[in-house]
Amino acid sequence: MFQNLTDRLQSVFSRLTGRGKLSEADVDAAMREVRMALLEADVNFKVVKEFIAKVRERAVGADVMASLTPGQMVVKIVLEELTALMGGNEARLALSGRVPNVIMLVGLQGAGKTTAVAKLANLLRKQGKRPLMVACDVYRPAAIDQLEALGRELDIPVYRGEGTDAVAIARAGVRDAIDRLRDLVIVDTAGRLHVDEEMMAEAAAIKAAIKPEQVLMVVDAMTGQDAVNAAAAFAERVDFDGVIISKLDGDARGGAALSIRAVTGKPVFFASVGEKTDNLEVFRPDGMARRILGMGDVVSLIEKAQEAFDEDTAVEAEQRLRAGSFTLDDFLGQLRQIKKMGSLKDIMAMIPGANKLPKDAEVDESALTRTEAIIQSMTARERAKPSVINGSRRERIAAGAGVTVYDVNQMLKQFAQAQKMVKQMGAQQGKRRRRGMGMPGMPF
Amino acid sequence: MSAWLDRLTQGLSRTREQLGGQLNVLLGRGPDVDEAFWSDLEDALIGADMGVTAVTEMVERLRDAAKRQALPDARAVLRHLAAEIAGELRLPDAADFIEASPSTVLVVGINGTGKTTTVGKLAKAAADAGRSVLIGSADTFRAAAVEQLHIWADRAGVPIVESERGTDPASVAFDAVRQAKANGTDLLLVDTAGRLHTSKDLMAELSKVKRIVERESDAPVRTLLVMDATTGQNGLTQAREFDSAVGIDAIALTKLDGTAKGGIAVAVVRDLGVPILRIGVGEGADDLKPFDPEEFAAALVGLE
Ligand SMILES: Nc1nc2c(ncn2[C@@H]2O[C@H](COP(=O)(O)OP(=O)(O)OP(=O)(O)O)[C@@H](O)[C@H]2O)c(=O)[nH]1
Ligand SMILES: Nc1nc2c(ncn2[C@@H]2O[C@H](COP(=O)(O)OP(=O)(O)OP(=O)(O)O)[C@@H](O)[C@H]2O)c(=O)[nH]1
Ligand SMILES: [Mg+2]
Ligand SMILES: [Mg+2]
Repeated sequence: MFQNLTDRLQSVFSRLTGRGKLSEADVDAAMREVRMALLEADVNFKVVKEFIAKVRERAVGADVMASLTPGQMVVKIVLEELTALMGGNEARLALSGRVPNVIMLVGLQGAGKTTAVAKLANLLRKQGKRPLMVACDVYRPAAIDQLEALGRELDIPVYRGEGTDAVAIARAGVRDAIDRLRDLVIVDTAGRLHVDEEMMAEAAAIKAAIKPEQVLMVVDAMTGQDAVNAAAAFAERVDFDGVIISKLDGDARGGAALSIRAVTGKPVFFASVGEKTDNLEVFRPDGMARRILGMGDVVSLIEKAQEAFDEDTAVEAEQRLRAGSFTLDDFLGQLRQIKKMGSLKDIMAMIPGANKLPKDAEVDESALTRTEAIIQSMTARERAKPSVINGSRRERIAAGAGVTVYDVNQMLKQFAQAQKMVKQMGAQQGKRRRRGMGMPGMPF
Repeated sequence: MSAWLDRLTQGLSRTREQLGGQLNVLLGRGPDVDEAFWSDLEDALIGADMGVTAVTEMVERLRDAAKRQALPDARAVLRHLAAEIAGELRLPDAADFIEASPSTVLVVGINGTGKTTTVGKLAKAAADAGRSVLIGSADTFRAAAVEQLHIWADRAGVPIVESERGTDPASVAFDAVRQAKANGTDLLLVDTAGRLHTSKDLMAELSKVKRIVERESDAPVRTLLVMDATTGQNGLTQAREFDSAVGIDAIALTKLDGTAKGGIAVAVVRDLGVPILRIGVGEGADDLKPFDPEEFAAALVGLE
């Protein structure tokens, strides 16, 4: 049902390939598609509005990287902004040296709290903790039995209190952990609606009583527009520290994760990806951004190209090249950047027009690895000044790299050629910035 | 028990407040039908999980209608829209198979939507109405699923057919149907484990349960999909997948006591051509209501 964003943008931009800068009209057309994609992914409409405004500002007038189509360029900007909004780098659950550590889980009914308590206990036990699970859901039929069953399955103790006072049970549970020399307490609470005054007050009271160092909100990845209302209310009343997104093993885009992050500023720590007790993973914002957009490999290639070929490095190398000081070290750096992008064939496929190359222009992947090995076997001095590499040095390098002397000779010859060619090109096109990939004359 | 009653009353007043709140957004600004109204209406409908494509089309048509029929003000426009949506949700030949006797109802849906609770509520309502009810517990997977359903059966005062965790759900369903047949039960409710529509194995398992129940049951077998009103656009995919695996006959829309509007259900009704029969408005035994298209549509568009 949902078209992926790259396809959409490609059709928007099909008539515009090869332009230098993104015009206002281009960006507007693209932003309409981005808006649709985000709304279909259940990102809250208010969040979408703000996001679009921000991306639009950045995209209008942006240079289209030489290796990308305008559509891909927009996707790149959208993805970067989305990842940044998702929280950039992975956020990690931080536990102090306090004994016992106390974690409390809250959320709407059926979000996946009770299973998440067991999953978290299981995960943290693997990291050396001795968890106790505390059953504070005194409302849902058999909620305590459910946690106890999970505890038996995992062989992790469960504290079940007496009566129906969740606050008292929580408090007693923490005391029980101390008695049993448990250094981690994970508290399960009843599902509650964010508009249920009495129940929200109860959650706040449990928190006040046991002072957990982490309160985590469990949010169903399938939640629609209402996710922000619930999260904002929980943030206000219970002030949670982070989020566990559950049921990500389905095919929901999970825009709720983005909305919640945007509205509350709370990081997502974990992704729950199944019903089993080991289905808990560290949350990856970049992966989530891509999932929300419904994009796969194309974007990751764009990303890889971007990561690997960041402009500064390329420009710096180019300047050194023109100054005649381009060394084998620079060369090795460039090689590694190319390798980081993955398979040469994939990269070639990304380059506009590359699919029109004749079939026999097949790339030799192993040449790249061989060249890298050869340079790595050189001393610093040899790399800076290849002219010192005499016969005995060549033999040593060949032995070190596991290649023949012939390979070393070839490589040096090609490097010299490349150096000369690029120097000429640099002189000719002094003003035109080059952001090309690969080295002319080399076997790839 | 009085705590339950309190919560029920609270739930109802919340629903009312919430309708009032939404009303203010679109009508509190005055009766003018200007560009800002249209754009706010579009936001409100998207915010109700109606889906951006459907909303865009709907608002387009509504603008047309407003002009053609010279609808005088915002309230008239919203009324027109609500009537249109209600019309779509009212399926003329949709019988309430839950009320029929004898009847076998298989309750399905993704994880945590409220299947077990809905089975409990349905059992209670039917038993209160003097019908003989049997519950079959075919969720043999989730921890304490049987215990949970058992408590509901006790609340409703009806018998339950259950088995150990880990047994084949189809075999429990088989036993339940046999027992219902033997006892001349009016309503057999079969609860199943929550499962994601993306899991091939679990969907195949569900098809098998359905096949066995159909093969064994003398009473007509119908399948009720329990959907959570907070579900977003994935709800349509879910419904389609369940429909293709077991065939869906009706929907129960739960958790409407929150602030979510359940707009995706409109898309599901439109797509599957099956009615919404019940709505869940709380966790108590009596928090299950018949579905009223007019009321639901009014809440959806922000009218009382
Ligand atoms: N597929 C899948 N199912 C999940 C995941 N997390 C939880 N579930 C299922 O979702 C359902 C609800 O999970 P619970 O842990 O009982 O949810 P809860 O938030 O404790 O529910 P209440 O206590 O009633 O509010 C169960 O069927 C779980 O097995 C997940 O990541 N993936
Ligand atoms: N507020 C509210 N909560 C509900 C409603 N219906 C069910 N719930 C709650 O939602 C949670 C999950 O309900 P269950 O009946 O266990 O859901 P389920 O679909 O059987 O879950 P699984 O069997 O684990 O897939 C419980 O905490 C219920 O009390 C409703 O209409 N409103
Ligand atoms: Mg629970
Ligand atoms: Mg259940």
